[in-house]
Parts: sequence; structure tokens; C-alpha cells
Amino acid sequence: MDLHNSPAFTRRSFLTSGLTLASTAWTIPAFLGSSADAMAKMLGAGLSSTPGVDDDRILVVIQLSGGNDGLNTVIPFGMGEYYKARAGIGVRADQVLKLSGADGVGLHPRMTALKELFDEGMLSVVQGVGYPNPNRSHFKSMDIWHTADTDATGDGWLGRYYDSECCGFGKGESGQVEKTDTPTLDPAISIGRNAPLALQGRGSKPVAFESAELFRWSGEDIHEALREPYHDLNRRGSVEGTEGGNTNADFLMRTALDAQISSDKIRKAVAQKPLVGYPGNELGRQLQMVGSMIRAGLKTRVYYVTLGGFDTHSGQGGAQGRHGNLLANFADSLRAFYKDLKAQGNDGRVLTVTFSEFGRRVAQNASGGTDHGTAAPMFICGPMIRPGVIGDHPSLTDLDQGDLKYKIDFRSVYAGVLDQWLQADSKKVLGGTYKPVVVLNKA
Amino acid sequence: MRDAPATPNADPKPETRSFRSTPATGAPATRESVVSASMAPITAKDFGYDQARHLLWRAGFGGTPEQIQTLASWGPTKAVDYILDPGNAPADRPGADTFDKSIMREPTAEERAAYQKARQSQDEDALAKFRVEQQRRQGQDRQQIGEIQRWWLKRMIETPRPLEEKMTLFWHGHFATSYRTIENSYHMFMQNELFRSHALGNFGNLLYGIIRDPAMLKYLNNDTSRKGRANENLAREIMELFSLGIGGYTEKDIKEGARALTGYTFKDDAFEFQKNNHDASGKTILGRTGTFDGDGFVKIILEQPGVAKFITRKLYHYFCADLPPLERASYDELPRHQQTVLRDLASTFSGGRYEIKPVLRRLFLSQHFYDSRIMSEQIKSPTQLVVGAVRSLNTPVRDLSILNDALDLMGQNLLLPPSVKGWDGGRSWINTSTVFVRQNILAFLLTGKKPRGYDANADEMKYDPMPLLEELAKASPGSEKDPAAVADYMLRLTLGNAPDAAKTELVSLSKTTGGSVTRELVIGYLLLITAMPEYQLC
Repeated sequence: MDLHNSPAFTRRSFLTSGLTLASTAWTIPAFLGSSADAMAKMLGAGLSSTPGVDDDRILVVIQLSGGNDGLNTVIPFGMGEYYKARAGIGVRADQVLKLSGADGVGLHPRMTALKELFDEGMLSVVQGVGYPNPNRSHFKSMDIWHTADTDATGDGWLGRYYDSECCGFGKGESGQVEKTDTPTLDPAISIGRNAPLALQGRGSKPVAFESAELFRWSGEDIHEALREPYHDLNRRGSVEGTEGGNTNADFLMRTALDAQISSDKIRKAVAQKPLVGYPGNELGRQLQMVGSMIRAGLKTRVYYVTLGGFDTHSGQGGAQGRHGNLLANFADSLRAFYKDLKAQGNDGRVLTVTFSEFGRRVAQNASGGTDHGTAAPMFICGPMIRPGVIGDHPSLTDLDQGDLKYKIDFRSVYAGVLDQWLQADSKKVLGGTYKPVVVLNKA
Repeated sequence: MRDAPATPNADPKPETRSFRSTPATGAPATRESVVSASMAPITAKDFGYDQARHLLWRAGFGGTPEQIQTLASWGPTKAVDYILDPGNAPADRPGADTFDKSIMREPTAEERAAYQKARQSQDEDALAKFRVEQQRRQGQDRQQIGEIQRWWLKRMIETPRPLEEKMTLFWHGHFATSYRTIENSYHMFMQNELFRSHALGNFGNLLYGIIRDPAMLKYLNNDTSRKGRANENLAREIMELFSLGIGGYTEKDIKEGARALTGYTFKDDAFEFQKNNHDASGKTILGRTGTFDGDGFVKIILEQPGVAKFITRKLYHYFCADLPPLERASYDELPRHQQTVLRDLASTFSGGRYEIKPVLRRLFLSQHFYDSRIMSEQIKSPTQLVVGAVRSLNTPVRDLSILNDALDLMGQNLLLPPSVKGWDGGRSWINTSTVFVRQNILAFLLTGKKPRGYDANADEMKYDPMPLLEELAKASPGSEKDPAAVADYMLRLTLGNAPDAAKTELVSLSKTTGGSVTRELVIGYLLLITAMPEYQLC
């Protein structure tokens, strides 16, 4: 049987049966071939895009942009210096949400939802995460976190993960990036207008959209008469015998078809009503979309979402106020996300990591806020993780120009996620050896 | 400024080819099995509308119907010579004060002393002020790099010398340097001007220039390379990526070359040779022995036969057809016709002592360049797509920030290439995400429709595509009112050799929308055409 040459498989019938086909073969450039592997995929027989790797595992990255104040997120209420340095914005010890097994540190009171995750054994707190010679520029430090390179050069760390999975090459290496004859991974998905550097590989590029409605051709809104001819022209890849053809025109035709199919699939996925309610904030909206895409069975391995507003130079607030609101949005959204995943039966497949480009200074400034600092905590979430607090809180007396000295290199967290969860080779992806943080319960 | 080659005094030959005729060049299925390797010049008889269109796209950013007709009427020699040297078209070079050089200036001696004092006395308030000031300057500089990106994009859109900008972009990709690392927008601007001033000049001179360029010296860490502690980064990339390619040198050559480059640094915005930091002792590089400095190192490189081969290979990839990078396919592994062409170009390049124009002239005139398998088979870079659409269709520019954002989303953030290797080009531009960005940025240029998230002022700048039909009306009066003839004409203008399905869809669109040729219909045609996979090719 050959789907491409089947007389029954005309253009019209493709348009109606397209979604059935899409459900097993979207973005896999399978229309090239009659290889048994590609056929099996199209028929839904193979679920794993790459042999030997468990395709069920999903990583979600939450970026807190602007520099989240780590000291008012995971609060060292047991250290007197904290209250000395933060007379106005410090959170009282009796308000802090205590964490069992953690001595002298606890969560900001607006993060009750995060405390629930901790109590259920689904959250770990990695303390004092940073890197040597910290850079306090948003732009530069964000790039350092995205590239996992303190010079902020090269491709993104997750882009390199994709490169290593699809084409076997890692940091600083060149590899085959124009393969069209082997199955590729479905690209990472980022919710937002710009695709984050972290997801940019040499050969692997993410899909990025603010809302799924934008992940399609905008021209069809201009006149309805354009819709049908557009779809006809962009779905020729299935009917005009481009399989096997290796001109750039053939390649473009196949990719255009893949794009149509993945657009259909993603938009259909996010149109579902979620199983649980999500908070109405920006992060809640994004995680709801991710939850819906996971529920729809997308094969995407990495999702990337962002919550901004953490650059609290003034009027930051303490137990209440602006920063507390952000933390509540973050905690409530993450909690809803895992409730949704649990209702779907997918919670065990999804590990979430959070980070910010830097923490903030120990001492508050004259405007009731905090300026750019250095090390800060990261959170790792999911039922499979080893819960608890990792590492010690950085000293509040042994400071570097008023800033915390980091305890754990952020690349050790990346290494733990890569090695243990994504089952990748972190040395290759990161271009160096970092002692992996123990991420999983059974690592 | 935009209508570069069209000169009113030109005496165009009467246009004998009808736009409605089937293009002579065949569809993929009917193409000859072997690509012509002939470097003999294309004859005037074989150089018509399609060839002139091809030349305008590849040696620039596409042309309007009028420009295409004019070049076609001139014939290949005059057309290529005009593209290489557009005579008195104004060069309009930017002055040194086009951008602010003071934003990331070095601190003054007083500022440095004050900072040291604050550090020694652990004056946290003063130190915090320094930090805040530094962050403010970095923020201001990021604004300026955005301004420079938009300035360059606008320049590419407007220039009467498109090949000069296209070569500037080539050198930027070749000597790839990223603002992300050097964090000095003015130095990126200076480097951009260096590329422009040598764009169609001499490669040797440019190579001497690049080892004096502050942005490059910073990017590859040569600014801190000194005697006894030579940094090998620049020496390595000069040979591996900028001139010889992998295999053309040894690790020892890198070490010795790095010593030759010690002391090559910059102060403020100018090159500085620090004699005290330079290692003037003897070196052996690529078989030559002497007390070479950086210039001596470059001179030895330029004596290697590998340089002409390596640079022409990259020029061929940029202007003519996809080639795998050297590390993936040696010369012997390339198809025979490409070996023949590349050998010819390399000998032209070395015979011309690394002058760029003769080698491009040879390529742009060759029969090989106009082979049906070469034409309309190159994937447009994001810049080529956006700049080319504005120039060839005469759309409004609308909003440079949105165009610049789109370049980033499509993978070509100007002045921030992904690494010292530049952009891979070819198929690496295309994936399921960039397909929609490519389609939607064209819909934006044609209609002003923005994706939500941008504030919408859609129809402020109305696009009038009707002047595009003037050449059709001239060639065949009355055809400009026939939807089928207009469909043919627009397809040939935008795609060259269009598939039959495209015409069928366009004609059916004209029927569902009333049957007459209106501005709306022509925009509808263009919306569909620019969303076709084939529109990504030139």
C-alpha cells in the first residue's frame, strides 16, 4: 500500500481525513517515504520518535523574567541578618510557610499552593543556584542561563539537547542538520511572541506562538475566499508525489504540509475545555494551553512558558504586595497545572523546572524594592521528583559585594534534568561535566 | 532610491515575449538530467525576462517588473555590469556620527579611580550606583543595537546598490560577530561599515581589516591576547572559518599564528598595536619562518592556494546553489559539475588577486548560473524574503520593528548571528514554525494585518499593487483587465516558473470574487502566492 499514490487519496478526501492522519503523523516528515518505519508511524504503530528513548517524558520550563527575589520566595526566616537587611519588605517568621525537614527556611505566605505541592511530595527546592562571576544585566544573565555558558555564547541548552537527540552532536560541534530522511523530533513549543534562545539549536528550532490562533496563516482572515485556495496550495505535499523528491521545492512542500497539520492539531488541542479550572493570570493561561496540548497527545517533549514582572526595584511589598501577587500567580498556576495533569493521568509524565535570570540583592533599596543580585532558588516539580530541599541556603554574612554567593551551579540542575529525566548525555549537551543534582526519586 | 537599474534614457528593445507564453524553462520533471557546467557567457538570445528576474534576485533582493524588463532589454553583459557597478547611483555612506559612540565608552581615569575607591572602602551605596549606571548604559546600548538593525534593514530595502548590501550581509555571515558577546553596538556598526567598504573590493584587504576591527578583536578574545599568554581563538578562526577551511593548516600553525597576533587590540573605537604585549620572536607558520606580526600572518595565509577555493565555495553557496559545508563534503565529494564550476571560480579569484567583482561577474554571466536547475531553487534567507518582497512588489515598509522581529523569529537576527560560524542557510531556515512567520510577515506587508498582540492600525498604509501591471499593459494592451492573464503575469513575476495548481487557484479566486481585476483581487493573488511553498524560493 502506498498512501501517496492511492487514487482514493485525493486532495478533497485528504482535507476531510487530514486530521485522522495528523493525529499520528503530524510534523513527522513521513510523506517522503515508503520506508517501513515511516509507514508504521503513519499508522500509529510507533509512538517513539527516536528508538530507545521514552517519548512519554515531558519537560516544562517556567521562566520568571526580570530577576525573581529569591530571598522573599524561599525565606531564610531563621537568619537574623535577613530582617536587618530587609526592615521594610521582610516577611515575618510567623507568616512564612514552614517546610517540613527544612531548617529555618520556608515559602512566601502567598504560595500556599506551592506548599501543597511540597507537602504532597511533588516539589523540590534547590537553594542558592547561580554561577561564577555573576552578571547583573538582565539580557546577559538571561543568555547565560539560556546557553548554559557563562560567556553567553552558542546555541541554547535545550536546542543542543534536541540537536543531540536528532543528529548526535552537542555543544560547539557541527552536525547534520538538514536530514530529511530520518524521523525528527517534534519541535519544542514555546508560548510567547519570541522563541527563547534556550530552545534554539543549530539544527533544531522551536515552535513559538502567543496563542494557538496565531500559529496559522493570518491571511485567511482577510477574505474568506482565500481560505480554500490557501489550504489547497499548502497541502499539495500529500498529493503531488513529492515523496522521494529532494529538490528544495519538494522539501518546502513537505514542510508546508507538516506545518498545516501541526497547526490544525495544536489549535484543536487548545480549544478543549480543561478538566480543572486555571487561574486567569498570564502563566495560568499558558500552562492551561500546555496542559491541553499534553492531553491531546502531542509528541512534544519540551514546553516553555514565561511569567514576567519580577524586576521589583521599587514598591516590592512584603507578605502582601506586588511581588507576593506574582508569587501567588505562579504557585496557583503550577498547582492547577498538576491538578489538570493528574485528572488526565499524565502527571507522572511531566517534570517542571523554574528559573529566573538572577536573584536580588540581600539589602532592600531606598524605594522599598531590591536591585539586581545573584543566586536564587529553583523549583523542580512533579510526582516523580525527589522531594525536599536540596543544598544549604547561602550565607547572609559572607557576601560578594552585597550579594549572595552561589552554592549550586545551575548547570548541575540542567545536568540532573538531562541525565535523569530526559535520559540524554549532559556532558555532550552542556559541553562540560557538572555534578548532576539528584532530581528523580529513583535516579 | 528604490528603482535602481531603470533608467529613463535606456532604449529598450521591443518586448517580443508574451507574458502569457509558457516559460521556456521546464518544470522539475522535464529538467535535463545534468546541470550545465559551462562557464561560457550566456548569449543575449538566451537572456530574457526570466533570466533578468533571476539575476535581480540572486545578485540583489529582487526587482520590479520595470527593472526586470530593463535588464532584459539590456542583455546579459550590460545588465551584469550595471549590477556590479551601478554607476552614479548614490553610495550615501553613513557618517561616523550616525550612531552614538559614547554609550559603552571606556570609563575615564577619574571614574575608574572612584570605582576603585568605592571597592576598597566597601562603600556599598557607591558600588550600587556604579552598578545601576552600568545597567542603564547596557539598556541604552540594547536600544541602539535595535536602531542599527532597523537602519541596516531600511538601507537594504532602499539602496540603489543592492549587491553592495547583499555582499555586506555575506561578509557579516562570513566573519560572524555577535552583539550578544561584545555588547557594544557602536563597534557592531563600525564592523558593518568595514564590510560595506570592502563589499565588492578585495578580500585580502578585508582580511587585513578584520584583524584590526574592534568588534572582531573583542568577539574572538584577541583584545586580551598577549605575549606568553596568547589566545588562539582569532588565529584558529581566521584559518578555519575565514580563509582556508578545515584541513588547510595544523594545530601548530594556530599556536604560532596566535603569537603573531598578540598585542593586536583596540582602545576606545580604534585599533591599537601594543608593542609591549606583542610576541616578536620567531615563528613558523604554514611552512614559512620569520618574526611575523598579525599582518605577516595574514600575508602568509593569502599566499595559500586554499584561500581562493574556500572563499569562492562560500560565494557559490550564497549566490548560486546550496553546497554542504567543507567539513561535511570535500571538493572531491561534490557533484562533478560543481567541481568544474568551483575550479573555474577559484582560478578567476586567485588570478584576480582576490578582487571580488571579477569572480562575481564570471558567475553572473555564466550559462551555469542560468541553468534551469539553478534558477528558482535557492531558499530565500529571512532577509532576502522580507527585503525582496518590499523591493519587488513595492509594498509599504510599514513598520521596521515588526519586520526586524520577524527576521529574528525566522532565525536571522541581524548583528546577532548564532555563532562564529554564521548562518547555515539553505534548508536550515525552514521548519513548521518559520513557515507561518514567513507567510504572515508577507500578509502583513501586503495588507498591514498584524497578528494580534501588536496594536492594529491595519489600513493606514494602503498598498497599491496596480502599478505592477503597467508592464503587462505595455506588452499586451488589455491583458491587464483579464484575471487569467494577470494571474499568469503575477506568477511569472513572483515565482518564475509556477506550478499549474497555482494558476488554477488564482483563477478560481477571481471567479468567486466577481471576475474583474481590482486592487483587492491582485492583493488576493499576492496573498496566496506569497503563502505558497514556492514563494520561499528564488
